[in-house]
Amino acid sequence: MSGLVGAVVEAWDELRIHKVRVLLALVGVAVAVTAITGITAAVSMLGQAMQESSDRDQGRPTTLTVYGWNSTGELDPLAFDQAVDELAERYKISYHSVQANQQLPVRSGASDTYVQLTVVDPSYSVITRLVTDGGRWFTDRDAEALGPTLVVNQPFLDQLTDGRPVDAHPQVTLGGDTAVQATVIGTVPVRWEQEGPMAYMLFDQAARWLPDLVRDQQYKIWVPTELDEDLQAVLRRDLTAMLPGMHAEVQLPWDSGFGLDSATRWVVLGVSGFALLLGGLGLLNIALVTVRYRIREIGIRRSFGATGSRVFFGVLMESVVATFVAGLVGVVLAVAIVKNIPVERVFGTALQDTPPFPFTAALVGMACATGVGALAGLVPAIYAVRVKVIDAIRY
Amino acid sequence: MSTPTVTDGPPLVELHGVTRHVQLPNGSTLEILRGIDLSVAPGEHVAVVGRSGTGKSTLLNILGLLDSPTHGDYLLEGTPIGRLGSRARARRRGDDFGFVFQQFNLLAGRTAVENVAAPLLYARGRKFWQRKRLATQMLERVGLGERLDTMPEKLSGGEQQRVAIARALVRGPRVILADEPTGALDVDTGRAVMDLLDTAAAETGAALVTITHDLAIAARADRQFRLADGVLVPIHLDAPGPVIEAAAAVGATVPAAPALGAGA
Repeated sequence: MSGLVGAVVEAWDELRIHKVRVLLALVGVAVAVTAITGITAAVSMLGQAMQESSDRDQGRPTTLTVYGWNSTGELDPLAFDQAVDELAERYKISYHSVQANQQLPVRSGASDTYVQLTVVDPSYSVITRLVTDGGRWFTDRDAEALGPTLVVNQPFLDQLTDGRPVDAHPQVTLGGDTAVQATVIGTVPVRWEQEGPMAYMLFDQAARWLPDLVRDQQYKIWVPTELDEDLQAVLRRDLTAMLPGMHAEVQLPWDSGFGLDSATRWVVLGVSGFALLLGGLGLLNIALVTVRYRIREIGIRRSFGATGSRVFFGVLMESVVATFVAGLVGVVLAVAIVKNIPVERVFGTALQDTPPFPFTAALVGMACATGVGALAGLVPAIYAVRVKVIDAIRY
Repeated sequence: MSTPTVTDGPPLVELHGVTRHVQLPNGSTLEILRGIDLSVAPGEHVAVVGRSGTGKSTLLNILGLLDSPTHGDYLLEGTPIGRLGSRARARRRGDDFGFVFQQFNLLAGRTAVENVAAPLLYARGRKFWQRKRLATQMLERVGLGERLDTMPEKLSGGEQQRVAIARALVRGPRVILADEPTGALDVDTGRAVMDLLDTAAAETGAALVTITHDLAIAARADRQFRLADGVLVPIHLDAPGPVIEAAAAVGATVPAAPALGAGA
């Protein structure tokens, strides 16, 4: 115990005394560790940003998409909906939602304006990471509301409610054969410039007040990734069995290709690793020169009873302790930088689930730094052990 | 001749027929030490004098386990050192020997107390964990209690050698090996340093082996030897006459006759 502590104390003392030299040698190592750790973390955040963007379009991984059609005639949308609900309950699927894209007639002056309508279930916002920026999203209780409710975007409010804010619960008249008053309860963020007015409505409300719009539906079903292919087959089989004459198609999500592929990641890490290696070479150079200056000191320490292994370990430890500290500084710097990245400006969108600073990246950075320290310390340590004690004292 | 007062016990260090050869680059062999027989008892003070290059330091390095004999036996408290591995030798070197060098060999960049504590980094148990306290006590004993945090370059030569002596004593060695301990000091300071070494050795019961050019310093020892051509011969330095004869014999100088009286 005292041997190990002694070696570390000795190494630390040596670093303390030669701090300027050590600092100079370690700048390269610390910067390289910052790069490795920071880039790994930034890549992780970029990946998350891309994943979230992809999720908004096609649901989270893994979201199955269910289509149905009837070759003999019109498919009963309510029966389809009920069948999917039953299956979700049977297979304990927590989140599923209908999605039907329609054109919604909204009374605007004397005529109707058609806006893009998405007919959904309350779970739709979870599956597609849709977050309201005003008011609220639908809940299950909205299905029982006495009038239809809408979640819309800002252009909808601007063009169809004279810009009244969502807090004022603006009402619009939905056109069609039988007009009905709908209340806006929430808004969602505009995703791109020039976005036209759009609205979301619950499937149950649409079925009650605008039955013409309840058709051509598909379902988004969020399932555990490891079960996706099993459930794909099971849902197709069960739906076909439950709805005679129906053809069901269950699709796995298509690969968006948005995520950074592993090759890119390895290239980035490779460049950082090379930088670390260069830092290590600088350290090795300085350590070698220093150990030559320290031959006499090594001889004196041998006269104190330092064994060959202790001298070897001591010189090696200096390098390891130094790079460990440099690694720590590098990781702290990386954390500071990554935590202060203006995410919205860099990635174009705010992150809903900001990934925590990747612990593995920090560990990899520390391990690389310490490894480089051990490698850079090896040569001087061997040199130190081979010094002849008598010559060393007289050096 | 002064009467050895502490040589009656069993030997602490024994050399029997020790030789040391080195191979020169041209292939020939240089004999540095030839057939050395020496025994040192606990608490004894032994001095070795001789010209430069006669093998004094080699002898000291063999005694201090920094070098090994080519032939012959070295017994440390009856244990044949030749049978010990390098690790065990290093351990015994740390436990049993304290070195005082001519050029002090203090560690640069470390304060006096850090220098004295340095050997305790290789000790175990209480000595390791209380190294700062022990080093402080030792510096106080050599009269440097006020200079604990002073860097070596801020100390005078005499003070630096006192720090070196404190460092040699801090692990409680059985043998103190002093290689020209006064070589870099003026006469008065050298005498004071030797007083300190003698006192410290006497207080701790450690044997003291001094290698010196200075016959006045050698004369303080219980026994004196001359090393010439690799052979160790006993000499007597207890009177001015023989001292001068011996000085002529070894090519040494006698700095001041009165100084001889101090330890004789």
